[in-house]
Amino acid sequence: MFLRMLIRAAVLRRGRAAAALFAMVVAAAVATAMMNLYVDVQAKLRTEFRSYGANVVVVAKEGQSLPADSLANVESSVGSKTRAVPFSYAVARTKEGQSVVVAGTDFSRARQLNRWWNVSRWPNLRQTGSTLAQSSESSAQGAAAKPVNALVGMRAAAAISPDRRPFELTFQGSTIQLIPTGVLQTGAGEDSRIYVDQSEFQNWTGVAPSTIEIAINGSTEEVEQGIRQLVHAFPTADVRPVRQIMEGEANVLNKTRSTIYAATTLIVLTSALCVLATLIGWVFDRRRDFAIMKALGASERLVNGFFAAEAAVLGAIGAVLGFAIGIGVAVWIGRANFHAPVAPRFSVFPYVLVGSILVALISAVLPIGLLRRVQPALILRGE
Amino acid sequence: MFPRLVYESFRRQSRRKLLAGVAITLGVAVATAMIAVATDIGDKISRELRSYGANLLVTPQEDTLDVEIGGVNLKPPSDGGFLNEADLPKIRGTFWHNNIVGFSPMLPVTVRLGTGSEAKDVTLVGTYFNKPLHFGKEDFTTGVRVTHPWWKVQCRDGSLTSPGRGEDLPAACGWPDDSSKDVLVGERLATRLSKKPGDAIEVSGLQLRVSGILSTGAAEDDQIVAPLTLAQEVLGKPGALRRVYVSALTKPQDALAVRDPKTMTPEVYDRWYCSPYVQSIAYQLQEAIPHSHADQIRQVAQNEGTVLSRIKGLMLLVTLAALFASALAVSAAMATAIFERRVEVGLMKALGAGSLSVAAIFFAEALLLALIGGVAGFAAGSLLAHQIGRSIFNSQISIEPVLFPIVLAIAVFVTFAGSAAAIWRAVKFDPVFALRGEA
Repeated sequence: MFLRMLIRAAVLRRGRAAAALFAMVVAAAVATAMMNLYVDVQAKLRTEFRSYGANVVVVAKEGQSLPADSLANVESSVGSKTRAVPFSYAVARTKEGQSVVVAGTDFSRARQLNRWWNVSRWPNLRQTGSTLAQSSESSAQGAAAKPVNALVGMRAAAAISPDRRPFELTFQGSTIQLIPTGVLQTGAGEDSRIYVDQSEFQNWTGVAPSTIEIAINGSTEEVEQGIRQLVHAFPTADVRPVRQIMEGEANVLNKTRSTIYAATTLIVLTSALCVLATLIGWVFDRRRDFAIMKALGASERLVNGFFAAEAAVLGAIGAVLGFAIGIGVAVWIGRANFHAPVAPRFSVFPYVLVGSILVALISAVLPIGLLRRVQPALILRGE
Repeated sequence: MFPRLVYESFRRQSRRKLLAGVAITLGVAVATAMIAVATDIGDKISRELRSYGANLLVTPQEDTLDVEIGGVNLKPPSDGGFLNEADLPKIRGTFWHNNIVGFSPMLPVTVRLGTGSEAKDVTLVGTYFNKPLHFGKEDFTTGVRVTHPWWKVQCRDGSLTSPGRGEDLPAACGWPDDSSKDVLVGERLATRLSKKPGDAIEVSGLQLRVSGILSTGAAEDDQIVAPLTLAQEVLGKPGALRRVYVSALTKPQDALAVRDPKTMTPEVYDRWYCSPYVQSIAYQLQEAIPHSHADQIRQVAQNEGTVLSRIKGLMLLVTLAALFASALAVSAAMATAIFERRVEVGLMKALGAGSLSVAAIFFAEALLLALIGGVAGFAAGSLLAHQIGRSIFNSQISIEPVLFPIVLAIAVFVTFAGSAAAIWRAVKFDPVFALRGEA
């Protein structure tokens, strides 16, 4: 009987029920999209912030270099999401006796980490994988056998090889021939350096990497956890968080998050209000049903239960449909703004469901409270 | 007759009108607040992004290569070019001087600490902390406390002080005064030398006082940071400095920004020059400081644009969602209000009113509601935006006066659109059924 009443109520007053459901669905959809976005936006922005480069640096104690397996060690201790680039430094001299800092690195890794580097052409990117095998041969023949591709900082290029001709550098008696394949521009210290491939660098100078720049992706806690693991993995080296990057990121992220939070709250409240207005009108409109039920002898509990159940069902259906649509909207926003899909957060669903049912219940109970005080006869007479 | 009908409707059904009015007010308030925040968010986030530090670097035009590894300068001290300290205030005279948040000069000098076999080369960097300067009639202060907000100084009582933000920085514990003989010692260097805040330190024959221990997470942790005049004294070159870090508010770069100013036509050049691109500000700095070369620091400048445009895009979409939600709330309230008045419509029609005149009455009522709700909502929304600005960004969110007519127009449009369907249905309804109450 109860169920039949519910179904008949929905079927007979299709128009009004559909309008109420529509309001419910739209409100739930907007709320879902906003909450999904709020949860996801931090992860999305963090990825954007990682293009600022390393947030942690592992530096060997002065005058020493890091153990040979350091890079693998970093990757195993802070996970695969992390980008790590080794750097080694030496001061070499040109033929004219000018000092210049030469750095050895892994070009393909550096390119991924330091995306702001403006490079005219990256040297031997494809070969870096196989250089290990080559280097063992070439070290047998002597390091200076063949010219090596190098990435030359803009200011270094202007000072050493303005016409982009190959040049010679000497470090502690051993000489290397470098071809300035590409020019690097960063606007900072890198502009005065010359970058060569790590294995070539090691053959020439015998200096192993002393610095590993690491970009740990994730929340503040995850980064701190990563730092602790790195400290544990490198007891002899210094693990330094790059405060400039970490604090700038935290600052901007917090402000953005608070703004989105304020907006989400406002939007969810507005949509709840919209549902409330529609549903109150709907229930109020049906005061005749209410009066007839009571006139036919229905107890107060039954009538209240009937209206509450109706509201709850409406809220639940609205929440499910709205959730599906809201996820779609959130995914679209992710594509449009971040060019990356927003992962659907199903953890949002319980909140949307409970919220929808709660709003629906409130909007059913409010008018009933008003109606209860009125005699059924008065309502039926149309007063 | 017509105005009286509308007036009476408001007088007699004040409760219902109040409900609809409240819905419109709330909807407009949310919309106003969101639009105000969204239009201002670019400027606000751009200021927050300045916490990444300087985005421009000015160096001498004729300079030798920097030979620096891990913060230790290996370049001979008198080698290379210098900039003139007297030229610095001219930065305030450039076209975009209002966009320049701050600048700090740097003069690294290699000094020898200790004696005999324990002697060690350490870099002493001279800079401004919070230096008062004049340009024309304008007084301003600038220095690392503005351009390097992540620097922290450990003070004598052990507490850490941030540089502080805002225009006038108070004298914070630990930060040296620019005219004193106080210096900051980097935390790793301090551990090595076992220096505490308040200790004396001798550098190249000068007796200095360690006012605080500096922690930056970068090369400065191994250095001594001193007032610029002190570093010039050590080097024996008064008025000299090596480079200037400039922190400026910029516009995300586009196709125009990256063009070479030399190849531009005069109009394009003017447009480029008068846009706060990082490139055009660099160009103007170069004009202002003789024999200098200014360039963007790509790590900061390039990423700034991306982050800024992402956040702006996000806020745009969120604002659209807010507008949509408030439009829906207003429509729902209006539709409910009109639907409840079927009997009234039936009566009017039974007395001989045409559909047009009935609709006109409803639309007039809706217009009145929209205008009242719009004005109240705009006021409430401005207040809301102000609160959001204060609590999140610690600064005012400016509300453009042009927003007022726009918001009002939106309010009227949404109210009309929301009412139209309900009015249509009410007018089409057969008066007989409506009067018998069979709706």
